[in-house]
Amino acid sequence: MGAHAIATDAGSTDSGAAYLALGMSKNNRSSVKRDLAILMKAGAEAGIPVIVGTSGQAGGDKNVDWTRDIALEIAAEHGLNPKIALLYSEVDKASLKVRNAAGQVKPLAPLGALDDATIDSCDHIVAVLGAEPYVSALEAGADLILGGRTTDTAVLSSFALLKGAPWGPAWHAAKIAECGSQCAVYRTKGAGVMISIDNDGFEVETLSLENRCDPHSVSAHMLYENSNPFRLTEPGGVLDVTQARYVALDERRVGVTGSVWEKTPYTVKLEGAGAGGYQTIMLVGIQDPEVLSRLDEFHDKMLAALRHRVDTTIGAAAGDYHISLRLYGWNAVSGDKPSEGTPAPREVGVLFVATAATQDMASQIAKACNAWFFHFPIVEDEELPSYGFAFTPADIERGAVYEFKLNHVVELDDPMELVRTTWIDLKKKEAA
Amino acid sequence: MTTVKDVCRHVRSKNAGPYWVTFDLFFDGPDSFEKHHANPALGPQLFQRLFGADPALVRHYPVADLNVVKISYARTSPQGGVVERDMHCGQQFVRLLDVQLD
Repeated sequence: MGAHAIATDAGSTDSGAAYLALGMSKNNRSSVKRDLAILMKAGAEAGIPVIVGTSGQAGGDKNVDWTRDIALEIAAEHGLNPKIALLYSEVDKASLKVRNAAGQVKPLAPLGALDDATIDSCDHIVAVLGAEPYVSALEAGADLILGGRTTDTAVLSSFALLKGAPWGPAWHAAKIAECGSQCAVYRTKGAGVMISIDNDGFEVETLSLENRCDPHSVSAHMLYENSNPFRLTEPGGVLDVTQARYVALDERRVGVTGSVWEKTPYTVKLEGAGAGGYQTIMLVGIQDPEVLSRLDEFHDKMLAALRHRVDTTIGAAAGDYHISLRLYGWNAVSGDKPSEGTPAPREVGVLFVATAATQDMASQIAKACNAWFFHFPIVEDEELPSYGFAFTPADIERGAVYEFKLNHVVELDDPMELVRTTWIDLKKKEAA
Repeated sequence: MTTVKDVCRHVRSKNAGPYWVTFDLFFDGPDSFEKHHANPALGPQLFQRLFGADPALVRHYPVADLNVVKISYARTSPQGGVVERDMHCGQQFVRLLDVQLD
């Protein structure tokens, strides 16, 4: 018994909004090409479909097109002729405003009601698709599906749903398999898992014979990247695993029963990303023991001095700017004051981050602070120190700050409403 | 004096989408889980104090089969924004390790 389909999710919001806002991948092109070539060749050899969701990291139209071009290159190089379905899920701003005005858009905590200004502030907005567009593309004979933004689970459940599998086990199996061997005992041995779904439940086993699943590793995966470990909200329903039972079938396989799908009115989530200011950064390393023994005081004094410097040189023209100093080696990750008596590190890296409405202003602010940042003394009236800086020019333009702006759902009458499917049939091209 | 790191074999934090952060506290056995999972020291006020979270948007889920308590809260600043210091929220768990449970 082999696989009937190969499915993978190719993106995430984890690494931030830039990938959606810019329409670019986090991964380099040659790694994506290598991975996709492995899947496309395996799919062609076995005569089974390859299903890819959230193409190109963010699943915007540009991300899908980038992945499409890679797939076409692979097909040409390896003599493959798949029938390709492209599922685009970007939402245009005008039609979203109409839906919003009609009351079809609802906020999810912690955000409030959506306004048109927020819609306009996004560079790209995508609808997070459910399984239906994938089921539809498979029904129409797709060999390769490159999807726009989609829930991880919908990508993996779609083939089973097409074949009439019960929805509870199909969605639960998909959630367990979404990160491949994350649901296994050893997370780094072999990448994928095989899921088999029947009328009673599903089974999961690792593709690598050196790895295995056990009931603990599988059930623990419901905790992963999920705010609620028992209920997972998806387009058109909620997966409830409160009553699920996990049983070891042998040394490597786990069987799961009791997964329930609760049907709900059909909604899809929106993701929107846009720029919110520009940043310029500078960096120094400090080993001076005098500074290291008084780091919190140094941070506060330097920050105040830098703000004063900007206010007295650039003044009101700086606009609503922001400066932060992040002491790597001390408290950069939390920004908290370490407890009294925390021993001084051997050195710290101080990252200066200026944020302003334009890149030019962020850089003007950095330049105004330059000498103060690199030579700010902890003890006044002593010879000015020079901290360790590595670059010239010292200020580095980092570009825009990209933020997610939406956390809303749209109510739909038809699951296919926000997807645009286009086809590239290489078989036909071959014949012609 | 018992702290979270004394009674958990593993504690982790992670994004649950761009607007939520989630913590998983893996207690070192059923006894520790039973004794500590509902401790008020792990309540919404802790997340307000450590992370500035709105206590009304802190969720607490005991998972008895795994000896785990999952706690999630809504972020106060957007992921990747001007003041971002931990894009995946993967290091946020550290501030829970020394929380005193008794």
